[in-house]
Amino acid sequence: MKPISFSAQRRQSIPIAFGIIAVTGLLLASCHANDSSGGAIQAQEAAQRVYVAPGKYDEFYAFLSGGYNGQVSVYGLPSGRLFKIIPVFSQNPENGYGYSEETKPLLMTSFGFIPWDDAHHPELSQTNGIPDGKWLFINANNTPRVARIDLKTFETVETLEIPNSAGNHSSPFVTENTEYVVAGTRFSVPIPQKDVPIDSYAQNFKGVLSFIKVAPDGNMDLSFQVMMPGFDYDLAHAGKGKSKDWVFFTCYNTEQAHTLLEVNASQRDKDFVAAINWKKAEEYLKQGKYHVMPGTYYDNRFDTSTQTAHSIVHQEVKVLIPSECPGLVYLIPAPKSPHGVDVDPSGNYIVANGKLNADLSVFSFDRIQQAIQQKQFDGEVNGIPVLKFDAVLAGIVKSGGLGPLHTEFDDKGNAYTTFFISSEVVKWKLGTWQVEDRQPTFYSPGHLMIPGGDSRKPWGKYLVALNKITKDRYLPTGPELSQSAQLFDISGDKMKLLLDFPTVGEPHYAQAIPASILMPRSEKIYQLANNHHPYLTRTEKEAKVVRSGKRIDVYMTEIRSHFVPDNIEGIHLGDTVYFHVTNLEQDWDAAHGFAVEGNQHNAELLLMPGQTKTLKWVPNRVGVFPFYCTDFCSALHQEMQGYVRVSAQTEQVALSWSTGKE
Amino acid sequence: MQTHPSITALSGKKKASAWMLGAVFFSVMIYFFPLWKITLYAPQYPQGIRMYIWIHQITGDDAYTLQNINILNHYVGMKDIDPHAVPELSYFPYVLAGIIALGFIAFLMKKRWAYLSWAILYALCGAVAIYDFYLWEYDYGHHLDPKAPIKVPGMAYQPPLVGVKHLLNFTAISLPDWASLCMMLSIILGIAAYLCCRSSAIKPHYRLPAGSDTPREKPVVSHS
Repeated sequence: MKPISFSAQRRQSIPIAFGIIAVTGLLLASCHANDSSGGAIQAQEAAQRVYVAPGKYDEFYAFLSGGYNGQVSVYGLPSGRLFKIIPVFSQNPENGYGYSEETKPLLMTSFGFIPWDDAHHPELSQTNGIPDGKWLFINANNTPRVARIDLKTFETVETLEIPNSAGNHSSPFVTENTEYVVAGTRFSVPIPQKDVPIDSYAQNFKGVLSFIKVAPDGNMDLSFQVMMPGFDYDLAHAGKGKSKDWVFFTCYNTEQAHTLLEVNASQRDKDFVAAINWKKAEEYLKQGKYHVMPGTYYDNRFDTSTQTAHSIVHQEVKVLIPSECPGLVYLIPAPKSPHGVDVDPSGNYIVANGKLNADLSVFSFDRIQQAIQQKQFDGEVNGIPVLKFDAVLAGIVKSGGLGPLHTEFDDKGNAYTTFFISSEVVKWKLGTWQVEDRQPTFYSPGHLMIPGGDSRKPWGKYLVALNKITKDRYLPTGPELSQSAQLFDISGDKMKLLLDFPTVGEPHYAQAIPASILMPRSEKIYQLANNHHPYLTRTEKEAKVVRSGKRIDVYMTEIRSHFVPDNIEGIHLGDTVYFHVTNLEQDWDAAHGFAVEGNQHNAELLLMPGQTKTLKWVPNRVGVFPFYCTDFCSALHQEMQGYVRVSAQTEQVALSWSTGKE
Repeated sequence: MQTHPSITALSGKKKASAWMLGAVFFSVMIYFFPLWKITLYAPQYPQGIRMYIWIHQITGDDAYTLQNINILNHYVGMKDIDPHAVPELSYFPYVLAGIIALGFIAFLMKKRWAYLSWAILYALCGAVAIYDFYLWEYDYGHHLDPKAPIKVPGMAYQPPLVGVKHLLNFTAISLPDWASLCMMLSIILGIAAYLCCRSSAIKPHYRLPAGSDTPREKPVVSHS
């Protein structure tokens, strides 16, 4: 085999291969349309398996990314009931996330305030390779960021921008003890960013793979980046057990195309899986073998004590160049435009899902180590050794499907792979590489998820396929249809379809964890005693309104069923009013809301017991405007209201406030 | 088999002392447990809210229970339950301390009348305390703010002293708790001590059999 060369010149204008795949896909889809119950068992039996009686709890929490809604949805399994939507990268007017002064910093980036993003892959933190229920990480694909959600409160508590990256897709996968969260760029770009012709891709474009260190308290710090060739880096997974020091990334567009990628990035028979040894990286960092490169990025942290997020702005990042760091990176040839890369619970098998291929290539970690020792290389790319395909291959799964995307594992030595084009989940055996079962999905699954299915300890009872297309599955809702999740029982030899349910946004990846781990950690209230918000109003007696120049600070309390103060006068046009609202309740589920009429740029506030949040309001006309509680808090919720009077600047109205004054 | 009279006599007295010491011990325990427990159930509180009345304080499931009960109560115009507004909570602990001291003195005196007087005094104090508790319940339940948002004609919100009562959307269950059991046990042990002494004072005369071994001590007779 001749050394691989990379050129942007390889272009073919007629996508014959892809055309055949597409036609085949349509044919297969039409076959399935006649069998719309799929592998569903008797309806009554399936209903019993997913029925969670009123007042009873589900067995698992499932976290489904919201894709283009920038959020995470929390579901129960096996019922498929939706519990909560956690806003992460998108403003959420529903609860004021990204609108309250406290949460606005969480959406700050070097580009400024970004109100939306595309959230793809939730990943639970792990201890010893097992999900521990402390945090959930998720990536922003558009403006590269990684967020951390605290699973005690189910709230976003940190967002970290990734400099030099563009399209943070191969992210945020964690190492075995959550030492690192990885963030690989999907798009290669000029680094540092500069004004160059797009067709100078091959010379100027690079891809960085970032490693984020996670402190024991969860705080993230960008530790280092690895400067890789100008490919697209698609997905990743960390090793475990014997392979725990490694992280594997899939690459496509090794053709280095910059236009019409559907054709031009689909020409090579093999692309790569990049294997990165993060322990080695730490050694090189210690030896000082890094370059400090400019790169402005924001680390936004929510302080639970002050209930306020603050931005820390960094200006540079440590970068490792593989050619200067032998042993840091190896490339494994993998057919063809591989998408997911998944590591089995033992840590020995690495599955590359070649999305334009029918077969799955499975590599052996032991053989990779052996090939590295014996230098069984097949050329190199930018100084990175390419391992011989045959030397590291453990087996090929002849699936009979088309378009493998992702693989997860159960606890009985089986693997399950989604096939987008042939719209199915295929179960196969590790070691024998034999297909054991296949079930159609409705339609075209992207990711799939087994609780703990990418960890050392899968809870192999259920499998959720996350479908991209629903067509005729639900009552139609005009041209825009929901996506769907399909729940399979995988406890037996054959997969059994139990349930499908529509999902919010477009879920990509998902994670699930037994309720027994997460439920005891869930907080009921925010302790008022631990609230150190600078604008806290601890008791009704401390409520007040303070003017400083054109700024008005309202220190306000809410408790069933009144505000203090609920009459405010002495505000003038041209003032900016900050309502700092504290919910004094300390009872579970005693939430209050706050909204004021004519708030041009902001939404409402939802306040959980013991929380303080701030809503900015710039009145733009004279009058008396109501404010009220938006959360049906109590029997006298409709009475929970107040007025704020806004006077012309020429009027002499003294600042005053009260509640209950006749 | 026959019991030696002197042994019977001695063990009766010792027993009385032990009962009395036990009575003092259980009285001390009253400081460490709630006297009364009121549980409220409502559709919004399926797990219930519990309020505990101690000799010196009022507590709940957590630090915020009283606040939460007060928020609910204010809709019907009940006063806030404020432990600082109940003077009994500040002086009852001293009354109990006095009773414990007297009990200990009775234990040292080893006198039958002392045991009995102590038990009677204690029982009287307990009855007064329960009556006082009833009065507080009556006060909270009946003296309602005339401006209350929810007014149900003829409705009072006095929780039961012991038992179950439905108050609008709430079901209130009121029961004595561990400290009350300790108090009852103390009183019973005091009476037991008295009875032991009495029996030891009477029984030897009837049981002294002819021709038995010479007693090492004279049988103890009545103290009174």
